[in-house]
Amino acid sequence: MAVDPLIELRDVNKYYGELHVLQDINLTVGKGEVVVVIGPSGSGKSTLCRAINRLETIESGTIELDGRPLPEEGKALAKLRAEVGMVFQSFNLFAHKTVLQNVSLAQIKVRKRKRDDADKRSMELLDRVGLASQAPKFPAQLSGGQQQRVAIARALAMEPKALLFDEPTSALDPEMINEVLEVMRQLAHDGMTMVVVTHEMGFARSAANRVVFMADGRVIEDRTPEEFFTNPRSDRAKDFLSKILKH
Amino acid sequence: MNVLTDNFSTFGDGFLGTVELTVYASVLALVLGFLMASFRVAPVGSLRVFGTVWVTVLRNTPLTLLFFAVLLGLPRFGLVLPFKVFAVLALGCYTSAFICEALRSGINTVPRGQGEAARSLGMSFGQSLGLVVLPQAFRSVIPPVGSTLIALAKNSAIAGAFSVTELLGTYRTLSELGYNIVWTFVWIALGYLIITLAISALFNALERKWGVAR
Repeated sequence: MAVDPLIELRDVNKYYGELHVLQDINLTVGKGEVVVVIGPSGSGKSTLCRAINRLETIESGTIELDGRPLPEEGKALAKLRAEVGMVFQSFNLFAHKTVLQNVSLAQIKVRKRKRDDADKRSMELLDRVGLASQAPKFPAQLSGGQQQRVAIARALAMEPKALLFDEPTSALDPEMINEVLEVMRQLAHDGMTMVVVTHEMGFARSAANRVVFMADGRVIEDRTPEEFFTNPRSDRAKDFLSKILKH
Repeated sequence: MNVLTDNFSTFGDGFLGTVELTVYASVLALVLGFLMASFRVAPVGSLRVFGTVWVTVLRNTPLTLLFFAVLLGLPRFGLVLPFKVFAVLALGCYTSAFICEALRSGINTVPRGQGEAARSLGMSFGQSLGLVVLPQAFRSVIPPVGSTLIALAKNSAIAGAFSVTELLGTYRTLSELGYNIVWTFVWIALGYLIITLAISALFNALERKWGVAR
């Protein structure tokens, strides 16, 4: 790969008891790259995504960010997490805070920005995801798609080096999926480094630099979307694609 | 009937004594309970053990026994304080174990993702607990914490047996003076009712203001 690696996983293994959920995972994500991770449920793709900012611990192997290994705990880990944004399937907006407070909170408490500066930046970001008018509302008053766009704005507010998306559209009504994907497409276009776990093949085709196909805790294929979708090599991928592309 | 009017200052002193014990011990119980609940969910193992031991020991010790231990035990180690302070310590520590568990059950009602989102934004454990999880847990623990503090107010009567001025203890003075014991107890009960209903009212107000909107 020609580009600088930003996220590097080497020989990563993780178990849930007996279950070997991540098996010798090797994956490199370059600066500015958009990597889409797809695969059947239970294949370990969410776990992989969550391991990158250590919401899941790993048993062996190394994960490096920008050339530095992930810290174990404490301040160093918190610092690193601030550099890597995460967008969850269930949005996880802070239920007791308004939309604006959701986006500003970590800027003030972690980045130590003044409230006015943080709110100003939050409004810019909310405007960017098309939700500036919703700033004073509480998350429960928004639709799922709107909540997820706020969650993206909240992650962007920390000026992260990379963004992780853990099935960002899986909890959304079909008509709301596109508004979220559109924001993600724009981010990809602007050069954000992204790891996206998703079932949206359209997004994978149009926005990804690479598609990583996982099954049973292993990376089976790691190729450009064009190659992967038109000519999958493994039987496992052919089987998967035939099931989801039939309709 | 004239038990009250004749001895208003005795009742008044006892009532204020109970109020004082209740307020100070409540503050201590809330602070310690909050601290222990944080310990019990902390990522550091030794803190979790400390919190668990604290709760297990204090919750399973009869309160009277705890009073004996504090009032008779601590002076042996050279710690001599007014009995009232000892009483506040015993009541506060005892109740903190129950507050801790109420808070912890509240923490468990907050979806896991809230803490994960906070941590993924770079917040420390303390920040994600203090800014995100506890404010949401607080809403669902208002009723059980209210009950616990009402129990504390009534438990403060035990302090009377250790010559701390409080409401129930006034009956001894009055029965020695030959007043009707039944009426004495009626007025004492009314005194407790004023305190416990005040706590109920306070917590109802808190619940209206902060409770989970559904």
